[in-house]
Amino acid sequence: MSTEEKQHTNSQQHADGQWVDPGLPPHRPRRADVDPKAAKRAERQVAALFGLSILGTIATLTVYFVQDQTEEVASIRLVNILLGISLCFAMLGIGLGAIHWARTLMRDHEMVEERHALRTSDENREIAVQYLKDGAEDSGLTTSRRTLLKGSLITAVALAPLAILVPQIGNMGGDWNVSKLRHTMWAKGTKLARDPDGTPIKAADVTIGSVFHVIPEGLNDLEHGKLEEKAKAVVLLIRMDPRDLNIQPGREDWSFDGIVAYSKICTHVGCPVALYEQQTHHLLCPCHQSTFDVANGAKVIFGPAKRPLPQLPIAVDDEGYIIAQSDFHEPVGPSYWDRLKGTSPSPSASQEADA
Amino acid sequence: MNALARRRYSKSAPVFLVLILLALLTAIGFAANGSPAEASTASADDIAEGQKLFAANCASCHGLDAQGTEGVAPSLIGVGAAAVDFQVGTGRMPAQQSGPQVQEKKPQFDDEQISQLAAYVASLGEGPAIPTDEMVDPTLGDPAVGMELFRTNCAMCHGSIGGGGALTQGKFAPNLWSTSNRHIYEAMLVGPQSMPVFNDANITPENKRNIIAYLDFQQQGSPGGLKLGSIGPVAEGFWGWLVALGLIIASTIYVGARAS
Repeated sequence: MSTEEKQHTNSQQHADGQWVDPGLPPHRPRRADVDPKAAKRAERQVAALFGLSILGTIATLTVYFVQDQTEEVASIRLVNILLGISLCFAMLGIGLGAIHWARTLMRDHEMVEERHALRTSDENREIAVQYLKDGAEDSGLTTSRRTLLKGSLITAVALAPLAILVPQIGNMGGDWNVSKLRHTMWAKGTKLARDPDGTPIKAADVTIGSVFHVIPEGLNDLEHGKLEEKAKAVVLLIRMDPRDLNIQPGREDWSFDGIVAYSKICTHVGCPVALYEQQTHHLLCPCHQSTFDVANGAKVIFGPAKRPLPQLPIAVDDEGYIIAQSDFHEPVGPSYWDRLKGTSPSPSASQEADA
Repeated sequence: MNALARRRYSKSAPVFLVLILLALLTAIGFAANGSPAEASTASADDIAEGQKLFAANCASCHGLDAQGTEGVAPSLIGVGAAAVDFQVGTGRMPAQQSGPQVQEKKPQFDDEQISQLAAYVASLGEGPAIPTDEMVDPTLGDPAVGMELFRTNCAMCHGSIGGGGALTQGKFAPNLWSTSNRHIYEAMLVGPQSMPVFNDANITPENKRNIIAYLDFQQQGSPGGLKLGSIGPVAEGFWGWLVALGLIIASTIYVGARAS
């Protein structure tokens, strides 16, 4: 059909400015229409394509039943590739055969489908309006009859969505204790431990340029809610040359000889921020490219995050292990309602007010 | 059950043989040498040769005494032989041109010259040594443990199977499939360029070998389908929009075209 449409657009303009329909181009027979040999050849080609599909199906079944798949990746790959290729031929053969058949052998005379006006006739429109009016009349919607029925119908329709909405909202979580978001497992004296094995970290282990992925000691011993606690408490422990570190006012004793600990939960939407570039001290969030400057209080230097990452105040105990001085001074992670309600005023809180 | 046990036995037998063979070789090596090979190979001659190479090829940026140049090149005192073996062995040093980060290229020096350079830099100050072959042997590591460590410490930059990924401002974490096991170990040890340091107190030598075993496991390839570089949705979207949509358009034209 597309050929005719193209021809239609080539209509010519008469001298008097009127467009005339040039009609259909002359019908041009295909090779298979005039040459019986060509028709025979096309028939064989179509049959061959269908045959290819049959072979593909047989091959797929053969591979499926004969395969001796082990757990070796190479063997899985071989089976997958063989299944994929044979299935491809099984499907493609039918499709190509059908198209080739239609293009070469089926009737190819031109057909014209006239367009109709989109607007229905005035007569039909009047009938439709009358139907609606009759219906309204019957139901008494426009009069004061059957008020009980009308009232109960409206109530039923208004209430019905609750049957879907209430269970859905109720299932969003049985735990509505928002204050849990304000606290993490960190407490005064909790040792910083390696993720995932949970062994405590000595300050001497953290050489300049090092990054430790940290969980609170004891997290692995939790019987319930381990992942929930981990999701809030994960910390990145970084040591840089103390000369590179600009300690933030009010946080003078939060770091130790160039070692700083920051929450790993992005303040944008809570992805783990962990792409640390040792030379620039930039910390990149992989989700939306928020970039934090660890040398300057993890302030945001790029991206959609609005607040610096919360800093965990750390100290070193008598045995040389790094411990937390307290919990975070603000809730970790993204914003939520009443985020700062009830938190003690801290240097970080005043920074947020600026942000 | 019986058949299963027989099969398992026959499959793991070669691994045991290799392990025994390696243990034997290591024992012989220790008996003959008395100490790891690395420490004994650096002779005074090597250091002298290394110093010459350094003066000719590295000193213009790093300084004649390897003390570094402010804003151009870092001091190499105390970086250790491992840093030299990584930087020169992967062709990153000597750096060819400035840019967001120095990239891998064909090494400029042969193995002997690299070990001489490493010996010289190691003589300037104590630093991490080049790991022995046994320390980086993936057959001695546990890929499952390595996977857990890789996903905690490495995957955020290098991708979950080591395909690499983008960092900020043109920097990137390279893919790790063609990097030699020794260079992977050294990179963890010294933290080249943007990469942080993962010293032996953070990831023990044994766990470094486990990580290498995990990466080596990726050499078996994917279980099927195109990996598209394993760099995630960008490459997949590119294929979807350009290649797949192109194919759909081409087949539409074929279906609609008139047969001759």
